[in-house]
Amino acid sequence: MTGRLSTFSAARVIARRDFTAILLSRSFIFFLLGPLFPVLVGAMAGGIGAKVQQSTGRPELGIAMQAGDVDAMLQARETLVPRSGNAIPPFVVLKRLQPGESFDPQAALTGKETNLAAIATGTLAAPMLTGPAGRIAAWEGPVSMVAAQALGDGPRTWPPIALSSTATSKADQRRDRLQTAQAGQMMLFLLTMLLAGMVLSNLVEEKGNKIIEILAAAIPMDAVFLGKLFAMLAVSLVGIGVWALAGAGISLIAGPLLEDLAAPAVGWPLFLTLGALYFSMGYLLIGSVFLAIGSMATTVREVQTLSMPATMLQLIVFFIASFAMARPGTTIELAAIIFPFSSPFAMLARAAQDAALWPHVAAIAWQALCVLLLVRGGAKLFRARVMQSGPAGGARKRRWFGRRKQTAR
Amino acid sequence: MTMKMDLGQWQASSNASARDGRPLAIKARGLIKRFDGFTAVGGVDLSVPEGAIYGILGPNGAGKTTTLRMLLGIIDPDEGHRRVLGHERPHDIAHAIGYLPEERGLYPAMKAYEAIAFVGALRGLPMAEGRRRGRALLEEHGLGYAADRQIRQLSKGMAQQVQLLGALVHDPRLIVLDEPFSGLDALNQGKLEQMIRGLAAKGTTVIFSTHVIAHAERMCDEVAIIAGGKVPFAGPVSVARDRIPPQVRLETRATDGAWRSALPADARNEGAFWHFSLPDSGAEPLLRALIEAEAGIVSLSIERAGLHDAFVAIAGEAAAKALADEKEAGQ
Repeated sequence: MTGRLSTFSAARVIARRDFTAILLSRSFIFFLLGPLFPVLVGAMAGGIGAKVQQSTGRPELGIAMQAGDVDAMLQARETLVPRSGNAIPPFVVLKRLQPGESFDPQAALTGKETNLAAIATGTLAAPMLTGPAGRIAAWEGPVSMVAAQALGDGPRTWPPIALSSTATSKADQRRDRLQTAQAGQMMLFLLTMLLAGMVLSNLVEEKGNKIIEILAAAIPMDAVFLGKLFAMLAVSLVGIGVWALAGAGISLIAGPLLEDLAAPAVGWPLFLTLGALYFSMGYLLIGSVFLAIGSMATTVREVQTLSMPATMLQLIVFFIASFAMARPGTTIELAAIIFPFSSPFAMLARAAQDAALWPHVAAIAWQALCVLLLVRGGAKLFRARVMQSGPAGGARKRRWFGRRKQTAR
Repeated sequence: MTMKMDLGQWQASSNASARDGRPLAIKARGLIKRFDGFTAVGGVDLSVPEGAIYGILGPNGAGKTTTLRMLLGIIDPDEGHRRVLGHERPHDIAHAIGYLPEERGLYPAMKAYEAIAFVGALRGLPMAEGRRRGRALLEEHGLGYAADRQIRQLSKGMAQQVQLLGALVHDPRLIVLDEPFSGLDALNQGKLEQMIRGLAAKGTTVIFSTHVIAHAERMCDEVAIIAGGKVPFAGPVSVARDRIPPQVRLETRATDGAWRSALPADARNEGAFWHFSLPDSGAEPLLRALIEAEAGIVSLSIERAGLHDAFVAIAGEAAAKALADEKEAGQ
């Protein structure tokens, strides 16, 4: 005969079995490939966007003036473009008019020239712009400047300007760090979403295999709950480790991968450490909810129905955290930090933007407390419901839609 | 019988729980379980002596599985008390209990010997020792060739045997088997009966549920009959059989005559035979009356009632009573 298992030891037996089984399963391969999907989708979307932009091109200004004026306008544009950048639109010559010849800009704008946004007619001294109101208002100044230059009324000299560049400005830094924060949040969201789904399907499979009754007879249900929760966390940490190794390998071959992202305020090493911590907290919070939901469901269809609100909650907290990210120090950010489910997302974004460390200590303590409460609550619900739903608890039939006959077993 | 008692009374009675000099492996009093207002088990009392082979009999839906689940701590009773191997909380003594649920289940991807080791690990047996014992048990029961096969590659019967071995691997003091014979062929049913007897001979308490009375009659020292969530009978098999009078089988030459008035009211005719319960007055007055009235007795046999007859009578009575109670409550 053997000795009594503590809840912790029993949870370890469950976690070890689940960890090994998941690691050797196909779903772990999908988990490892998970981050590739958003990258692929992003790349595809980017490629398509570039194609669309390419085919659309920049809006052009048509020129229909006397031949001499057209040449002067083109010459003036060539002079001004290096100094004014994109302010001056590309010119396209529609017609070099002969003396006395007329031109109908309205008709030309409805013609086949797809990128023609407005047309300049008249003379250098009195140019006339025809086109949509917004467009001609925007181009009024540049056209006037080009015409003045063409008339010989532009500046005679261009004083050299000494350039003293800085690494970044406050505004640039803020924008870049926002991007880093956004990337971190997105990664966190995808991971927790993927894992919560995996933990749920693992439990449903177990109920389908009727193993749950063997477990329930041998060890406390709290141990089953904890074992499953932490096994998936361990699996995900292995996955993250694999990604980190793969990333390091790729960066050795192809150069630094994080170069495009601005360094977070707390620095990369701490940001990644906090990321792992916030991921663990976020997963444990949402994983508890999903496991508790799984305990009430018997079929995949039931799981889908019951998990819908939790999935919606995940989406909402992600959106709230994303919204709050761009508004540091506001009530909305504070609310996102305090609400346990959005707290890991909001705090990771904060780590990217603010170097202060004490808020992270406080937030992690708060999240740990919430994890504790939620895990306890989830385990309680799990214990109460897991053996009382579906075939394994045939005595109980839900009466959502009227009475049903019930039998004991 | 529904019985309520406070914890003090229960503890006092539990301390004096030995019966026939044997301590009780399981003692339950007034176990009640309701699901959404429906009473699945309505007050079960059980006393299972240590080392006994104990049968829980009952028709489908009687509450057998719910009762076993309460005894094992899988679900908690809404009312009543239980004591399993001296513990109020069955999980505290889970390492000394083996369980084969009615709905069999193992991880399909696990190898047979690992599945046994895993079930043992849940009961506190170290994995390495469980693997060693798993292989040995499979060899011992003629399944050594399947030790390295995945559960999904085994037949249903083989998988069931593997699960049963999982329930035994940690050498438990109490084994609970829920409908263990279902799904097994006659050969394997015989093997299982032998195994259960072997376990009991070593002092292990075996409690199993079944709705096939023949198994219980052949093997059990005591039985509890559950019907409608209650226990109308619990005790030795012989006492259950004595609950109904011996059955008389009479064959006569004459088909009609004055002798028929000597037959009891429950007598029923099947060809040349008459079947009825032996009257309280015994066989002698009956025989005398039949001879005097010239019944022409060809043969007469008196048989002690079987457990099956006792079960039908007791469970039927209980079902009729439950029905009457339900009607009365509805009025």
